[in-house]
Amino acid sequence: MASSQQQKQQIQNMLRLDTKQSKRSTMLLEQPVTRQRRDKVSLSAFAFLFAEMIRYTQNRVLGIQDLETKLNELGQRVGVRVFELTMWREKIVRRETRVLQMLVYINSVVWRALFDKPADSLERSTDNEDEYMITDNEPAILKYISVPKEMASFSPGAFISGIVEAIAACCQCPARVTSHVVPVDGLPVRTVILLKFDKDVMEREKRLEAGK
Amino acid sequence: MIHSVFIINRSGGLIYNKNYNTHIAQLSSNEALIFAGTFHGIHALASRIAPTGKTLGTKDTGIQTIDTRNFRLHCFQTPTGIKFIAATDLLHANLTGVLTKIYELYCDYALKSPFYNLEMPVRSDMFDANMLQLVQQN
Repeated sequence: MASSQQQKQQIQNMLRLDTKQSKRSTMLLEQPVTRQRRDKVSLSAFAFLFAEMIRYTQNRVLGIQDLETKLNELGQRVGVRVFELTMWREKIVRRETRVLQMLVYINSVVWRALFDKPADSLERSTDNEDEYMITDNEPAILKYISVPKEMASFSPGAFISGIVEAIAACCQCPARVTSHVVPVDGLPVRTVILLKFDKDVMEREKRLEAGK
Repeated sequence: MIHSVFIINRSGGLIYNKNYNTHIAQLSSNEALIFAGTFHGIHALASRIAPTGKTLGTKDTGIQTIDTRNFRLHCFQTPTGIKFIAATDLLHANLTGVLTKIYELYCDYALKSPFYNLEMPVRSDMFDANMLQLVQQN
């Protein structure tokens, strides 16, 4: 009895908005935040949107560095929201404030939430001890982008580096994050996200390590 | 064996031209452009003079294959007016499946790249690489 009432309500909702759309999309704002099943966005749809984002920013900047900075800013706005959402959905009680734990969190939880797979590797640079690198062998959102030879130093992964930079700032470990394309045999779109942590973060880490 | 592939945009300009068979005579870039324009013209003619049915909506698809003694030319026109042309040997009777796959690759690596301007020549390494793979499979 109650379920048929519910069904009638749902049908009425659908008729009011658009009979062709699925139930999920019409009641988008009434969906619970903790999603029950893995729902994905079409990669093609996002690829078109992302391509248009890059074209849009390209018209408003002068230079490759500026373009990467603008994409980084766009990514930061996504990063803040992704951070809140993943913390809520994974039911994590503590926010990571130590550098290494935060990097592991980004590597596994955030990457899985965004790209459906953990990042491929996490390394610490041997030259500078405040630099860390997250590698993704084939970032799905960059799959269809071919950068022309005149802009060979441009890395569209600047969007992903913006997401990481926002999460680092949320975890109280502010860093300068950039993305570089480092192709390796068979992986032409291999992207490396380089995080350079601020001086006070590294000093704080040293103090905490010594204090232990 | 696919000898070469051409892609012609809506206005008849050549946007992609690749030769996959090194043993045959190559077309110069000028000749390729002339070929594209000519083919665009005769394709339009063929779809106009085709005897259509009573209903107004049925439009002819235009030229699908051209047979000669040594090779066969296949053409696939998309609803957006882009023509995918492949020149193959006589063993391939129907290349629509392959041409549809080429259309998919074009949609993926050309249309989704922010650096590609519509109706311009396709300059994408990934498109070239995937095309080579597809042609080698056939």
